[in-house]
Amino acid sequence: MTRIGKKFSELKLAKRKALITFITAGDGSLACTERLVPAMAAAGADIIELGVPFSDPMADGLAIQLSSERSLANGTNLTAILSTVKKIRQGCDVPLLLMGYYNPVFVYGIERFCLDAADAGVDGVLLVDLPPEEAAGFSRFAAAAGLDFISLLTPTSDASRIAKVKKIGRGFIYYVSVAGVTGARTTVAQDIGPMVAAIREKASLPVAVGFGISTPEQAAAVAKLADGVVVGSALVKLFEKFAGDELIREITATVRALKAGMEQID
Amino acid sequence: MKLPDKNGHFGQFGGRYVSETLMPALLELEQAYARYKTDREFKAEFAYYLKQYVGRPNPLYFAEKLTKRLGGAKIYLKREDLNHTGAHKINNTIGQGLLAKRMGKRRVIAETGAGQHGVATATVAALMGMECEVFMGAEDIQRQSLNVFRMKLLGATVTSVSSGTATLKDAMNEAMRNWVTTIRDTFYVIGTVAGPHPYPVMVRDFQSIIGREARRQHLRQEGRLPDVLVAAVGGGSNALGLFYPFLKDASVRMVGVEASGYGIPSGRHAAPLCAGSVGVLHGNKTYLLQDDDGQIAHAHSISAGLDYPGVGPEHAWLKDSGRAEYVSITDDEALEGFQALTREEGIIPALESAHAIAHVLKLAPTLSREQSIVVCLSGRGDKDMHTVAQAMGVSL
Repeated sequence: MTRIGKKFSELKLAKRKALITFITAGDGSLACTERLVPAMAAAGADIIELGVPFSDPMADGLAIQLSSERSLANGTNLTAILSTVKKIRQGCDVPLLLMGYYNPVFVYGIERFCLDAADAGVDGVLLVDLPPEEAAGFSRFAAAAGLDFISLLTPTSDASRIAKVKKIGRGFIYYVSVAGVTGARTTVAQDIGPMVAAIREKASLPVAVGFGISTPEQAAAVAKLADGVVVGSALVKLFEKFAGDELIREITATVRALKAGMEQID
Repeated sequence: MKLPDKNGHFGQFGGRYVSETLMPALLELEQAYARYKTDREFKAEFAYYLKQYVGRPNPLYFAEKLTKRLGGAKIYLKREDLNHTGAHKINNTIGQGLLAKRMGKRRVIAETGAGQHGVATATVAALMGMECEVFMGAEDIQRQSLNVFRMKLLGATVTSVSSGTATLKDAMNEAMRNWVTTIRDTFYVIGTVAGPHPYPVMVRDFQSIIGREARRQHLRQEGRLPDVLVAAVGGGSNALGLFYPFLKDASVRMVGVEASGYGIPSGRHAAPLCAGSVGVLHGNKTYLLQDDDGQIAHAHSISAGLDYPGVGPEHAWLKDSGRAEYVSITDDEALEGFQALTREEGIIPALESAHAIAHVLKLAPTLSREQSIVVCLSGRGDKDMHTVAQAMGVSL
């Protein structure tokens, strides 16, 4: 079992929910990413997703598009991200997953990527444009390397989609709460509860909910329904205004507030 | 082996590399298309609009003067430029529009580069009474202001896309983003033989009217099959439309012409088949322009319609299997092709089609007078007057 699976088991025993935070690797700089990961973990993030920037982020809203552009302008690539993870692992044990698009991974070489990522200390991988129909090869290499292949389900997924994802998904299921792109929204989708329950039952994996969750109140509401809550754009937006120590202060304060919101539930 | 396979693969190419949100919509589209493509009423309605609205069949015109000047193979032009809206794009948008209506969608969206596909989609939306939004790169909106105005006249909303390189690939990203959000009532009309399965197959089928007519016309006019087919390749829909009905005719050579912009060594081109590598973009695996890290590169061509860093997966397959050959033509050569056809035949081609003509200028003299070439004149040049004038140093 990876650090991700262990974390969900631990949290379940303690009757708590996972706070999963997303930042784009290399936004600010990779040195900044290296400082932010342990800082977010200390502030209460249970699992951290590092975005691998791509030139054509089709599933992302403006905040993460801009974040990818900033990171690419800093010269970020997969090789550099993996060596950053290696450095982070010297003093930090938080479960880490890489999230991004398939092409950079495909061009790196999928088997080599899985081996190098596992070696660097990555626990799981989520590729937004690799649905089960195309994922057989990648999920095999990931499993062989000991990486969790995190699958996505959405409000448009029916029972047949859940069954397909069950065959290849590991670690947890990422439930995309809205039919749309990433980004903060003023209200959280209404039909999350029944979908999460159906997925959890059919796929027998923990379910984390993401897309559109930005405030402690929204995180608390979703935490009542799911095993984990993913917050991305709200954190990524802070990179537009802050840098260096100030950025780290703002990010950790936001993570702490989200965590506090989630801990208030019974 | 039947191609593509059930998940839309042509060998290693094609497929459906999209977010999970889009998968049910693609599966729904695949089912609807499978049902209607053999439906007698659907086929009759498609044929009706192609004839009465688009003006098909268009001629296979013998370019006698150009043939004489080059002194080699006979040159035949498949006159897609004579279609309603001035290009081959309308063949596909009629087909997808009829399908959208049958699927109960009230709104269509499209991406566009030069604006030809956007105009063709807006036209069909007006004809069929559907709402229409077209996504277009901010840079292309500048280059193709006339087509933007046409789309607006036709009742479409034109949404400017300024992310990334602000060209066709970014317009496609934005159209995909919009589709994810509006998936329940919206049909995404893709304009070329790329994108996730079933689009490459569906667009090819709708466009293959080009090759079916050309084959029949050439047989009637020459009593034999042509020796070579030539067509410009951006995403590759006019080329595949021409090639596809000839695939089993082993004697017929097929040549796709990519845009090499300032020349392949300059790195500023739009020729993924000639100088790209395999990757995944916009839902399919194919040849792409990209860097060593898998980031998509800027494409460049004088022709906005060819200015795209990818190509349809079936072309990637035809290249690797050796059934078709792919060459490239620079901006300057395309302008020569443009002038040659205009002066010799009194036909002003679109800059996209001028790339195919430019290759014919090289190819025809190497063939004998008994041989013949069919070249797809995919569109007319009216939309390119500003670009050509600028290239010639003329201010309008």
